[in-house]
Amino acid sequence: MNWKSIGTATVFAAALVGGRAHAQEKIVIDGSTTVGPVAKAFAEYYMQRNPGVAISVSESGSGNGAKSLINGACHIATMSRAMKENELAAAKEKGVDPIAHIVCMDGIALIVHPSNPVKEMTVEQVRALYKGEITNWKELGGPDRPVVVISRDTNSGTYEAFEELVMKKEKMGEKTEYVGSNGAIRQRVLTTPAAIGYVGLAFLEGVKALRINGVEPTAESVNDKSYPVARPLFMYTNGKPAGHVAAYIGLKDTDDGCRLIEDIGYVPLKVKAVEKK
Amino acid sequence: MTQTGKNRSLRMSARAMRWQDATRWMGTTLLLGVASLSVLAVLFIFYFIAREAIPFFLARGFREFFTSTAWYPSAHPPQFGVLAILAGSALVTVGAVTVAVPLGIAAAICLSDLLPFSVRQGVKPVIELLAAIPSVAYGFFALVVLAPLLQERGGALFRGFVWGIGIPLGALAVVMGSGLMAARLPPAWRKRGSVGIGFLLAMAIGWFLRALAARAGGIRVDSGTNALNASLILGIMALPTVVSVSEDALQAAGREIREGSYALGATRSETLLRVVLPAAGSGIAAAVILGVMRAVGETMVVWMASGNAAQIPRPWYNLLQPVRTLTATIAGDMGEADHVTGSERYAVLFAMALVLLVFSFLCNLAGEWAVRRSRRRMSGE
Repeated sequence: MNWKSIGTATVFAAALVGGRAHAQEKIVIDGSTTVGPVAKAFAEYYMQRNPGVAISVSESGSGNGAKSLINGACHIATMSRAMKENELAAAKEKGVDPIAHIVCMDGIALIVHPSNPVKEMTVEQVRALYKGEITNWKELGGPDRPVVVISRDTNSGTYEAFEELVMKKEKMGEKTEYVGSNGAIRQRVLTTPAAIGYVGLAFLEGVKALRINGVEPTAESVNDKSYPVARPLFMYTNGKPAGHVAAYIGLKDTDDGCRLIEDIGYVPLKVKAVEKK
Repeated sequence: MTQTGKNRSLRMSARAMRWQDATRWMGTTLLLGVASLSVLAVLFIFYFIAREAIPFFLARGFREFFTSTAWYPSAHPPQFGVLAILAGSALVTVGAVTVAVPLGIAAAICLSDLLPFSVRQGVKPVIELLAAIPSVAYGFFALVVLAPLLQERGGALFRGFVWGIGIPLGALAVVMGSGLMAARLPPAWRKRGSVGIGFLLAMAIGWFLRALAARAGGIRVDSGTNALNASLILGIMALPTVVSVSEDALQAAGREIREGSYALGATRSETLLRVVLPAAGSGIAAAVILGVMRAVGETMVVWMASGNAAQIPRPWYNLLQPVRTLTATIAGDMGEADHVTGSERYAVLFAMALVLLVFSFLCNLAGEWAVRRSRRRMSGE
């Protein structure tokens, strides 16, 4: 079928092996591919410590996650956006009371080569760059060099977030290069003086992150929502969570949970964990 | 035989014969089954790819797929123009073949006819070792070493390339040109004339090379992940296939044909170019086609080295622009492109796979045809 189902099966198998001695409690999680990695990392961590719990994580998209929760097919819906009006209405109709928990923030930094004199851009300028309307750094106060525009591949959650937060449904220019991972974008920008790329906040080592609309991309500015290229990532439950579901979602506030979130490249809500590093 | 065979007739009993027939039948069936398994696998692959691809063509037609360069699979509404991606695949493949074929055939000739046997025994396994390096390692090299190198020292590299190729070729042209032209002079002038003409030729070629090198040195590479990078790496990856298969073909041409040629008074270069190469033609054609297929089908390297920008470079032969290939698109878009985002985005990848498969199939047919034709010619029809 696809990688997601295999991932689900693995998590499931791990649960079966880990918890065979106990009565099983099952938590079913469905939804966004962006939040999926966090949900999976949490599931692995939680099942290791609670052998009696089996957690299955599927990634079928935010919309399908919401649908599953409304139909009672899952306990937790992971979503990279807030529920829409019509989804909330449908939930009410079925007697479901969706409660949003912000798990972490997804902040995207625009990065350039350290030698690039450009320090700041507006969201509009970034969009013009990626649309291919601005093609030379001199239009932005930089040297006279054609811009090498680098994007994540259309598969990634980062691309999806960038498309939503920056591109606003506009198409990227045909000269845009596509790269398969956050690390690979940093590598390209690190070695290409004329490049611009975007990565999660965990991938800023060695490159220069641009101020966007005058705001530096940091964990703080992402958390207080002053940095524009950021969004919250959600887990929705039906009513107030209790028992294992509550403990599972509560991982987001623990130090270990924050570390897991950072490892994936998102920004935990508890900024302290970031500073400790 | 004498003792034990005394009371055994040569005729087998009916039971033994039945047994023998049964085992023979079983053996044949088993081997037939194994042999047809690979044929069946090919048919199944064709069937499953076509099963996903044909609905796509039925729903959206051929026109957009083959004539539009707008590749926006995740837009609303999505656009599935694959022309630029087809062009990218073609460009990278042609580039790789340009690297691999001359180098590979030259290396094969060198190995089979010029180097001493002991050297050949050492060098050939090393070249074949290139095939054992995983493609991710090549891709990593392209991304981390070659791309920055092209960006920082691109001009110097090109200048070095012009000189490196130009000097030996130029020297050859000077020697041959002066010899040929001097032959037209009256005999008394020949010796001095050939020196003079050679000097003039060397000046002219040197001036031309310098101008060319200056131009090449002025080229600035903006993005190191481009068609040239992918072509170079793919060419190196296809090299062991080309060398190995064409070297085998040159060896297979045989000692007799070479000795016959020398016996007729041909020089070594005449023997190589006029006798051995044509005799090995079918094998070399097969080597080239195998090399092409290696380059077309490679995924990881092009995904990492080509830049993946869905555009036709302007001008079209500009290898310094990033391009996107069929294989990289299929690999890169497969993860997200299932029922979640719409089945068309999934099906279009199978449509591309079908195009690739048909191309490989045609390549194979062309290879067969080349082999047969040259075999017919060799048998003297």
